[in-house]
Amino acid sequence: MSGQSTHNGPGAAGHEAHMDPATAREAATLGIWTFLATEVLLFGGLFTAYIIYRIKFPQMFYEDHLKLDRVLGAVNTVVLIGSSLTVALGIAAIRKGRVGLLKLYLSLTILLAGVFLGIKYIEYMEKFSHGLFPNTDMFFSLYFMLTGLHGIHVLVGMVALGTVLFLAGKGRYSESYHTPVEITGLYWHFVDLVWIYLFPLLYLVG
Amino acid sequence: MKEHDSGIRIYLAVWGALVVLTAVTVAVSYVHLGLMNVVVALLVASVKASLVALFFMHLRYESKLVWGFALTPVFFLVLIIAGTLLDTSFR
Repeated sequence: MSGQSTHNGPGAAGHEAHMDPATAREAATLGIWTFLATEVLLFGGLFTAYIIYRIKFPQMFYEDHLKLDRVLGAVNTVVLIGSSLTVALGIAAIRKGRVGLLKLYLSLTILLAGVFLGIKYIEYMEKFSHGLFPNTDMFFSLYFMLTGLHGIHVLVGMVALGTVLFLAGKGRYSESYHTPVEITGLYWHFVDLVWIYLFPLLYLVG
Repeated sequence: MKEHDSGIRIYLAVWGALVVLTAVTVAVSYVHLGLMNVVVALLVASVKASLVALFFMHLRYESKLVWGFALTPVFFLVLIIAGTLLDTSFR
C-alpha cells in the first residue's frame, strides 16, 4: 500500500506530477477501498462457511466455543481497538505536520499489534496442548482459518506500518503530503473491523 | 488548529465507546438468552464496526463515490450469504 503511493509523493516535486495532488489523493483513497472490498469478500467466504456450519452443527459450535478463552479474546479486542486509536491519532498528528508525534503513535501501534499476536500465540499453544487442532472438527477448522488469516493480516499491517514509520523517519511526510500514512491507516482499521466481528462470533456465541 | 483538537476529542470518545461496547457484549455473553445472544452480539459488533468506519476511517467526511466503493462489497457479501443460505436451507 504505502509502497505504491510513495512514488506519487515527494518525488513528484522533483519532476512533473502525473496528476494534481488532490486527484492523486482521491485515486489512492479509491484504490485502498477497492482493495478492502476484495478483503471483505475474502473473509466473507469464510464467514459464510461459518454461518452454514453453525446452522448445521449447533451443538458442536456451542460446546467448542466454550473451550476458547473469552477473557484473552476480550483483552485482544481492547488491544486492537487501542491500536486503531493510535493510528488515528498519528494521522491527526501528521495533518498538523508533527512528524515526531506521528512516529511515536506509529511505534505504539506496531507495539500493540505485537501484543495482539503474542496473546494469539499463547491462545494457539493453549489449544494445541489440549489436543485442539485445525483438523479437530469444523468449529476449530474455521476458528484457526479465520483467526490465522486475520493474524497474517496483522503481520502484513505491522510491515506496512513499519515501512511508513521508516519513511516518516526519513522525513517523507508533512502537513501537505501524507497520503501513504492515511492509506495504511485505512488498512489497519479494516483489520480491526474484521476482528470486531470475529471476536463475538467465535468466542461469545459459537 | 481548533478543529483538529476537537477531532482528537472525537477519536477518544469513539475509542471509549468501543471499549464500553466490548465490555457490554462480553457481559451479555454470560447471560443465556438463546437466539437473542446472537442478535445482541451482531448488533453490538455492527455498531462498533460503524463507529470505526465512520470516524476512524473518516467515511463521515468522504464523498459519495467513496461511500459507493465502501458499501458495494457489503451488498455482495449479503448476496453471497443469502444466496448460499437459500441453497443449503432448502435441500
